[in-house]
Amino acid sequence: MSAAAAAAPSAPEAPPEGGVAPVRIVVAYGFWIFLVSDIIMFAGFFAAYAVLSGATAGGPSGRQLFDLQTTAIETGCLLLSSFTCGLASIAADVRNKLWFTVAMAATFVLGSAFIGIEVNELSQLIARGAGPDRSAFLSSLFALVGCHGLHVTIGLLWLLTMVAQVFAKGFREDIMHRILCFTLFWHALDIIWVALFTVVYLLGVAA
Amino acid sequence: MSAPQTGQPENGQAETAPGDKRPEVDSVGSAVTGYAIGLALAVGMTAVSFYIVHSSLIWAPGIPIGLIVLAIAQMGVHLVFFLHVNTGPDSTNTTLALAFGLLIVFLIIAGSLFIMTNLDHNMLPMEQIMRMQR
Repeated sequence: MSAAAAAAPSAPEAPPEGGVAPVRIVVAYGFWIFLVSDIIMFAGFFAAYAVLSGATAGGPSGRQLFDLQTTAIETGCLLLSSFTCGLASIAADVRNKLWFTVAMAATFVLGSAFIGIEVNELSQLIARGAGPDRSAFLSSLFALVGCHGLHVTIGLLWLLTMVAQVFAKGFREDIMHRILCFTLFWHALDIIWVALFTVVYLLGVAA
Repeated sequence: MSAPQTGQPENGQAETAPGDKRPEVDSVGSAVTGYAIGLALAVGMTAVSFYIVHSSLIWAPGIPIGLIVLAIAQMGVHLVFFLHVNTGPDSTNTTLALAFGLLIVFLIIAGSLFIMTNLDHNMLPMEQIMRMQR
């Protein structure tokens, strides 16, 4: 491995077979592996929720607690933010700083709206006495929804960092790698939300 | 993409990173169209999911299955149109890693449900356990 890495600079033209992959491929593939492991972690939370969703201990069930209108608005925010995040990646590909900033700002606003609505929803549940300490069902609900919300919050911080880095350093090669990883992260969060709103909210109300 | 950052070697050997747009998508317009198609499909499926929860269009016991099918289809749309997962020879590693992850996800969720349902079924009612502990 180290021999191959040392040999790479002496051969500027890319090796045809079995050489060192470009940094961009390595970075994105490594991040992809992280995303897969993150999805597996979420599978644990989903499994806990699926097992415990009936364990209400005499407390309120999902059917009494969930307001699908709120969930629909949250879903719309996150879906649109995924789209604007895609637009930002296109703008970065063609090195358009203005459209990159506009699309990232739209993504930030939509993501913040999602987090704001979610925090409001969860704090209302706690105020109604349906906090995570009420039943195993609510513990697993708060763990699952809270874990996703935490991911989105971290994603928002990362988003601000990326905009600041583009302004400070421009669309440099390494910055482009980070933008690629950020867009992968943000789209993955949207995929997890699709599973979440179906399993928790829609099935909670339907079943 | 016309930009030179795609990391493709000069000898034309195509390599794609996870999330890379398809090589044939070479203009901003077609790239935006790809995301717009994905958004339209995803919004449509979400709308159908939220609609059938309370509708009488579908036989009531079939609604959960319909919701799960719609969710899996929508995740597929996200993967293809937003994360640009494809079956091309350049993204074999990406697809294999994802497939392995999905296998683990399936084992965790289906296994937990299977084992816990079985345990629940075989366990004494809670009152009897409490009585035995006295």
